[in-house]
Amino acid sequence: MSKTIVKVENAGMTFDTKKGKFVALRDIDLTIAEGEFVTLIGHSGCGKSTLLNLIAGLTLPTSGNLICDGREIAGPGPERAVVFQNHSLLPWLTCFENVLLAVERVFGKKEGKIKLKARAEAALDMVHMTHALHKYPHEISGGMKQRVGIARAFAMEPKILLMDEPFGALDALTRASLQDELNGVMEKTGATVVMVTHDVDEAVLLSDRIVMMTNGPAATIGEILDVKLARPRDRLKLAHDADFVEYRAALLEFLYQKQVKKAA
Amino acid sequence: MSAATLTSDKVVSMHATPSAVPAPAANEAAAPVAKAAPREPRTPISEILLAVFKAVFPPIAGMALLVAVWALLAAKGGSIPGPLAVWDAAKVLFADPFYNNGPNDMGIGWNVLSSLQRVGIGFGFAALVGIPLGFIIGRFAFMNAMFDPVISLLRPVSPLAWLPIGLLVFKQADPAATWTIFICSIWPMIINTAVGVQRVPQDYMNVARVLDLDEWKIVTKILFPSVLPYMLTGIRLSIGTAWLVIVAAEMLTGGVGIGFWVWDEWNNLKVEHIIIAIFVIGIVGLLLEQALLLLARRFSYGNS
Repeated sequence: MSKTIVKVENAGMTFDTKKGKFVALRDIDLTIAEGEFVTLIGHSGCGKSTLLNLIAGLTLPTSGNLICDGREIAGPGPERAVVFQNHSLLPWLTCFENVLLAVERVFGKKEGKIKLKARAEAALDMVHMTHALHKYPHEISGGMKQRVGIARAFAMEPKILLMDEPFGALDALTRASLQDELNGVMEKTGATVVMVTHDVDEAVLLSDRIVMMTNGPAATIGEILDVKLARPRDRLKLAHDADFVEYRAALLEFLYQKQVKKAA
Repeated sequence: MSAATLTSDKVVSMHATPSAVPAPAANEAAAPVAKAAPREPRTPISEILLAVFKAVFPPIAGMALLVAVWALLAAKGGSIPGPLAVWDAAKVLFADPFYNNGPNDMGIGWNVLSSLQRVGIGFGFAALVGIPLGFIIGRFAFMNAMFDPVISLLRPVSPLAWLPIGLLVFKQADPAATWTIFICSIWPMIINTAVGVQRVPQDYMNVARVLDLDEWKIVTKILFPSVLPYMLTGIRLSIGTAWLVIVAAEMLTGGVGIGFWVWDEWNNLKVEHIIIAIFVIGIVGLLLEQALLLLARRFSYGNS
């Protein structure tokens, strides 16, 4: 077993609301190993984004511990890069400047200007955005913005990459091409990723492990599915692959039989 | 802009030489002309004329109505000079706007410039104090709670009420007028800057937190650009109010300035000049507003 990057021990999250206490998450135990791609899946309101925010350090748990690389997570930090659902690029900076801002923060003390610029360019090149280096976010499409968001996160060379429904706001075709791109980047970099999604195909296509969450309130981990599909993965071949179909069925069964979402 | 395109369209239709179409108009003009050719080559011209009419007629009609009402009032009211009398006076006045016969008799140009200078200085100091204060109030809830009652109490006070305090402190008319401008300019800037800071999208702050940026980078790379549109709104409101207030302040303090000039011409019973001053004040205010709107558009980042 390879090195553990993130360890979540008995974590729980309770929010204070106007109507009293709301238990979002309870009894979460999860270990994420180096180089692993873990997906969190569940119905909306199951606390999967809350769990991701806990790992990111954007919120702190009300009980239990989260440990990243041997140290307790006490707040956000660049070693746990986040790709936000709505890309969150700064609109007054160009694509290149957005990535450079992150690169400067992480490597600025050790490396010179030329090296930093090269890093930002390389990251954007990896997601095939070299043509739009000096465009502003409002000048490019939603899919391109998310590519830049991913480039920004990868450029930081984080210990773990956290993605909160990164492709949720995109159309199906753009989503597929970005998934393939992400798979390619994963193979090149061997990064550790935790991704939140509600897309069954996306989960099976990308993950090594899929964490299925029960419905909230007081959501927790229901089942964990190991996906043992060989890499590199090809979406066209997998469509007819017996194992792929099996994994997909297992997820659907969990989501639509065991955890039926009551009509809201 | 539109006028330029329109004339080029006319040229095209009259000479029927599409090759003469200038590049920018080509996309819009070429296609309809080609389609319309078998039918009626006349339609584009009448449509263009209609568009020109729709764009130009209402404002002209409005101004004409203003002048007509004014002429009517002048004819009936007796003491108010009519448009023609004012026009004649204006021609004399603007023939030499920058003469200087001592502090009490200077051209209208000098008066406008010295009013603008007071507004500039008073506003400048207000920006120096108001914008940082707005940042602090917006960033820290404690400061917001602390300053909110003070601002709420002082903001509705007419800036002219502060004029005697200015005279008392500065012992001179000129800085006292600048002081009233400072007071009236500062509120919109504090409030708009603070609101801007409070409305910085949480997403951007999350980016700052994940990157663990230092406070300086947060201010320069995230807060300042994000707040800038709000700040520019504050600046626009401030300058607008300042331009309103300066006329009244100068009437009270005297010296050189458009407000003083209005009062001086009243004392000389040159009512034509008062009406000219009203137009000049209006036009300068309009220009200030438009310039700041232009600036604001430059920094709106095509919000995505």
